[in-house]
Amino acid sequence: MPAMTPLLQVRGLEKRFPVRGGLLQRATAWVKAVDDVSFDVARGEVLGLVGESGSGKTTVGRSILRLIEPTGGSVKFGEVEVTGLSKVDLRAQRRRMQIVFQDPYASLNPRQRVRELIAEALVIHRIGSRSERRERVATLLEKVGLTADAMERFPHEFSGGQRQRIGIARALAAEPEFIVADEPVSALDVSVQAQVVNLLRDLQRELGLALLFIAHDLAVVRYISDRVAVMYLGRIMEMAPSSVLYARPRHPYTLALLSAAPVPDPDAERGRILLEGDVPSPINPPSGCVFRTRCRYATPACAEPSAREVREVEPGHFVSCILPAAPAA
Amino acid sequence: MASASPTILLLRQLRRRPVVLAAAAVLGIILAVALLSPWIVPYDPMKMDILNRLKPPVGGHWFGTDEFGRDVLSRVMQGTRLSLLVGFLVVILATALGAVLGLLGGYIRALDGALMRFTDALMAFPDILLAIAFMAALGPSLFNVVLALGVVYTPRVARVVRAATLVLRELPFVEAATALGATTPRIVLRHVLPNLLSPMIVQGTFIFAYAILTEAALSFLGVGVPPTTPTWGNMIAGAQQYFRQADWLILFPGLAIVLTVLSLQMVGDGLRDALDPRLQKVT
Repeated sequence: MPAMTPLLQVRGLEKRFPVRGGLLQRATAWVKAVDDVSFDVARGEVLGLVGESGSGKTTVGRSILRLIEPTGGSVKFGEVEVTGLSKVDLRAQRRRMQIVFQDPYASLNPRQRVRELIAEALVIHRIGSRSERRERVATLLEKVGLTADAMERFPHEFSGGQRQRIGIARALAAEPEFIVADEPVSALDVSVQAQVVNLLRDLQRELGLALLFIAHDLAVVRYISDRVAVMYLGRIMEMAPSSVLYARPRHPYTLALLSAAPVPDPDAERGRILLEGDVPSPINPPSGCVFRTRCRYATPACAEPSAREVREVEPGHFVSCILPAAPAA
Repeated sequence: MASASPTILLLRQLRRRPVVLAAAAVLGIILAVALLSPWIVPYDPMKMDILNRLKPPVGGHWFGTDEFGRDVLSRVMQGTRLSLLVGFLVVILATALGAVLGLLGGYIRALDGALMRFTDALMAFPDILLAIAFMAALGPSLFNVVLALGVVYTPRVARVVRAATLVLRELPFVEAATALGATTPRIVLRHVLPNLLSPMIVQGTFIFAYAILTEAALSFLGVGVPPTTPTWGNMIAGAQQYFRQADWLILFPGLAIVLTVLSLQMVGDGLRDALDPRLQKVT
């Protein structure tokens, strides 16, 4: 499915947050939330980004859109270098890339009517006349499975799932080419999750959208993604087409994550790999491979800087691990 | 809760507190008196009647007459009009100034320190002292009282607005607006300001009460509204020499102040509780 030139090219993305302390509030240390992350997203492709909380996946999504200013690396969107855009140019660029938020409650302004909420992008970018905008909002509401009579109502009149649909409609309003979906279903009831994921997938196919789908739920990611990237402590551990990643995971961390996912068969053999200890502090991450402190296969060589190198073990399958081949789980 | 609008929720909250409702009713009556006073006063509040001076509150004069034979009830009613006018204008001025300062401080971090130290400096003075200083510089007039009290109460609004702005600016819907390409002025006016309305209304109610009280004190001290105008404070000030023989001269304007300020405070309390989202979730 990936096209010739990727729509989005992320290279060496880095985001460090200062840890301030002392009398003068000087930066005494840095938290590396995102460290040397690179990937492409093709037009119309869905890239899933998974990781535990604190792995930096949300920071990656926000940095690409420059809702957080990345401290290093490059983000190229089409022919545009997003990291180099001026404030004014960035605002114009925002039409093309949008975001759907995790919290469907806090992400909708409680004082705005649904019509104003969804039409905001159109107003900001001066798209269409008043009546055209109204029509567009009605179309969008229908597209996300709501009725046009929702227009004059306020967000608090809707359920979580409905609110998330409004959030999706808002993101789609200015016809973006790329959307960051930042854990769009993790705040919803399980029964509603599937509906919203289906909606996102249908819209993505219908509109040919590129999607960065951020989640911590492997099953959800597998269902919607063409390719999946696994993050740990601010770095990508493994990235592969989803069929390959789930069938032939190569990185020990991916193996552990997959083994932790519940299997809907009570008799199934569960070779669960338990990770010991906590995620190390991102202020002082381990040298070499950041996962080595919890990896059951770790060798002294894993502490060397060379252990960070990314290898392409088969076409399109990237692994950041020096082990020859992880044994099957 | 899916169908109830914020207004209905507010009314529901208020209904559970009969004291607040009663205070609101009293406030309604006071407001009606203030609006209608030119047409409903029993006597001309300025008309002197030397033969009937210092008459106790019986017969034709319910609140008695003052040292010039003027009807106290009529003067208290006109005073209501003036006091509420001062209070209202002070609230408007302080809220407008405070909102601007608070939003600037909350949104432009470079200005925050300077602005907040400035409001700290203003708040370090007791209200009345600062107001007297302003009045000494500006000269006594109704307009100058509004100006002085407006400035005195600006820091209260500025602090509340700044604190709420700091919370609001980090909420996802503000980030969503940024992601849509909204400019900072648009975010402040369309997304932050409308959500500041409830804390500002609550603060405004309290300032309304303080302003009435401080205006009365200023007038009493002779640095407020010129003494020829019958405000509550002026009436009490004028009664100082006579209150041993005619205590009603102090009693009725004093009661008017107490009743107005008390009911404003109670309504303010009620609104604050009703608009506090943390309390709403519990009930």
